[in-house]
Amino acid sequence: MFQTIEIADFENLLKEKFSDKILSAETHYDVSVATIEHHSIKDVIVFLKEQGFTFLTSCHGMHFPDAKEKFGMVYHLHDMPRNLRIRLKTFTNHEPPTFPSLTDIFPSANWMEREAYDFFGFKFTGHPDLRRILNMDSLEGWPMRKEFPLEDQARFDKDDKMFGR
Amino acid sequence: MENTGTTAVQRSYTNLQGYEGPGFMATTLDKAVGLARKNSIWPLPFATSCCGIEFMATMASHYDLARFGSERLSFSPRQADLLMVMGTIAKKMGPVLRQVYEQMAEPRWVLSVGACASSGGIFDTYSVLQGIDRIIPVDVYVPGCPPRPEQILDGVMKIQELVGNESLRRRNSAEYKELLASYGIQ
Repeated sequence: MFQTIEIADFENLLKEKFSDKILSAETHYDVSVATIEHHSIKDVIVFLKEQGFTFLTSCHGMHFPDAKEKFGMVYHLHDMPRNLRIRLKTFTNHEPPTFPSLTDIFPSANWMEREAYDFFGFKFTGHPDLRRILNMDSLEGWPMRKEFPLEDQARFDKDDKMFGR
Repeated sequence: MENTGTTAVQRSYTNLQGYEGPGFMATTLDKAVGLARKNSIWPLPFATSCCGIEFMATMASHYDLARFGSERLSFSPRQADLLMVMGTIAKKMGPVLRQVYEQMAEPRWVLSVGACASSGGIFDTYSVLQGIDRIIPVDVYVPGCPPRPEQILDGVMKIQELVGNESLRRRNSAEYKELLASYGIQ
């Protein structure tokens, strides 16, 4: 497969340049996935953008409460002319979780980072306008974190006995 | 046949009570105004999801809301009599709905169509308002997920009943002012 050879080339290039920063690398459903050390994630993305991955398909937050490093960001990059995709992850345990903002290299990251802030409470250093984007401004807490209560706390017509609690 | 005296009548189809003779009918101002109002309600459809689709069917020729004098939908709250809230109202939408209600002139009625508008429905979650009666007073609730057009029509007829029987002084009453004050609406 021509494509897999090409993406393998990129993997080798990445491993050469950031060998000590790549914590793990694997392939999921034909997409290369790499976990990058927290402080180097932006360097890697800048490098990949120079290599042709000029489109940030998506970036969003993750929360794994039982993992060693609980909070993470995942970045999906796309090289449109060659139709190559790569996925990068990075994790931190810092509270509040802080990541470098990509708004200076990918303007589309602006709203996606606001979304990650809105739902996970992540801070993005260098973001020009980090405020809630989808939820109401008066919402307290970070709804996509696992400890956030699932049901609306303002509801008074729900009798716990009826739900076996 | 002679028609000499007047007769006390109750017209069941309009629920109108009064005295009738040849060529005239006498009733109270309340009742006459109620009769006019209930048969020319201008609804403002506030449709956010699937209940809104059911409303479109209600409005169209098959179910035909026009039969109840409501063929004129008002897309401006200023001229509307009835606010029909159909669909899930997110908490972020709450202030918008409230502003629409505040822009309506008195007398105004609110019909809450469907489980979501009435109680939040299946969306028991942080982002969804758990019933529009948290922010505005509601006159009639229509259950269903979504309710069939017949149910929406039934809700409109219940509203007509309220409109036809409302006293002209109700909107000035202390009770009504207290109700609005409890929602923080002037």
